[in-house]
Amino acid sequence: MISRLRKLGQYLLSIMSVLGRAGELWWQAVWRRPRLSNAPLLMRQIYQLGVLSVVIIALSGFSIGAVLALQGYNQLVKYGAESALGLGVALVLVMEIGPVVSGLLFAGRAGSAVTAEIGLMKATEQLSSMEMIGVDPLQRIIAPRIWAGFISMPILSLMFCVVGIWGASLVGVNWLGVYEGAFWSAMQEGVDFETHVLKGIVKSVVFGLVVTWVAVFQGYDAEPTSEGIAAATTRTVVYSSVAVLVLDFFLTLVMFNF
Amino acid sequence: MQMRTIEIVVGTFLLAGLISLAILAIRVSGFTVNPDQQTYTVVAKFDNIGGLVVRSKVSIAGVIVGTVTDISLDQETFMAEVVMNIDSDVNEISRDTTAAILTEGLLGGKFIGLSIGAEEDYLKEGDEIYDTQSAIILEELIGKFLLGQF
Repeated sequence: MISRLRKLGQYLLSIMSVLGRAGELWWQAVWRRPRLSNAPLLMRQIYQLGVLSVVIIALSGFSIGAVLALQGYNQLVKYGAESALGLGVALVLVMEIGPVVSGLLFAGRAGSAVTAEIGLMKATEQLSSMEMIGVDPLQRIIAPRIWAGFISMPILSLMFCVVGIWGASLVGVNWLGVYEGAFWSAMQEGVDFETHVLKGIVKSVVFGLVVTWVAVFQGYDAEPTSEGIAAATTRTVVYSSVAVLVLDFFLTLVMFNF
Repeated sequence: MQMRTIEIVVGTFLLAGLISLAILAIRVSGFTVNPDQQTYTVVAKFDNIGGLVVRSKVSIAGVIVGTVTDISLDQETFMAEVVMNIDSDVNEISRDTTAAILTEGLLGGKFIGLSIGAEEDYLKEGDEIYDTQSAIILEELIGKFLLGQF
């Protein structure tokens, strides 16, 4: 009985210490004054995390928009309400699917790469050699990646929404024959910039922060062996995906006044 | 890859983000910036406003000329007091105008329709529209119909 309690206590303490270390890493990396001389590093990371994810984001956005239009049309046409197709697809994409799915894709595409990269740097002792020669790895390695995720994620999510709505209009208007005027005017009537689009952007900013934070910390905290890096990469994808989905629920709860 | 190329690509990426935001704002959410449209305030009291809400439309002949800005209960008469802002370029609404609460389509939202009267005197800031018609409540209609039948 006592040993069980002790196990429980140990477990809780280890979780706390992980959270504490992760928080400190994030705080230290973000609170370092960003130097102008580090701008090229940030550029390179935005390129790695953001620009290289554009293709997968656009492709998935298009498919999801098209599928939403197909399925939505099938249901709406029963009630003769197919003119609300644009509205439905746009709301769902802008508020939920855009930020969430691009967050998940970002975790898989960019988060895992960051973890593996930093983990390998740790395993090959590049991080400690940097410290040796007086370069702060937090500033040079961690901070640019966190900022790059913070900047790239909302842009990717916006692109996802735009491509998705374009896909939906291709399927709905050009293929299934929903009247084009009704498609767009119902959308403009029902979607509000502040209550829907801005809140979607807030979500994507939060997801970007969380995903890069998890990825960077898992890499930094990885056991410096090949198994350790493999496990850390897996944990990054699992933890950040779960975090995105759970946070999405709570953000929706808070922002949309339930 | 060359630093120069990376910078160009990242710049394009940021620009694409801004363009997406603009598309979402203008094309999808119909976001328009009104260069502070001048308005004047008119009050009307209704027996029952049904499902009228703040930001509902005010229209004349189907053209939107204003919005509802405040709804409150008058504690003395127990009528609903509706405050609406009307665009100031629509400034020749006669005093004996009727304000009616109408429904958009069969299931749509409620809005206020103004039918213009004949008087030469026009409504000004803070005036009240006395002639009002309440919202039609389906249950009341059915009740009247049943009472009439039996």
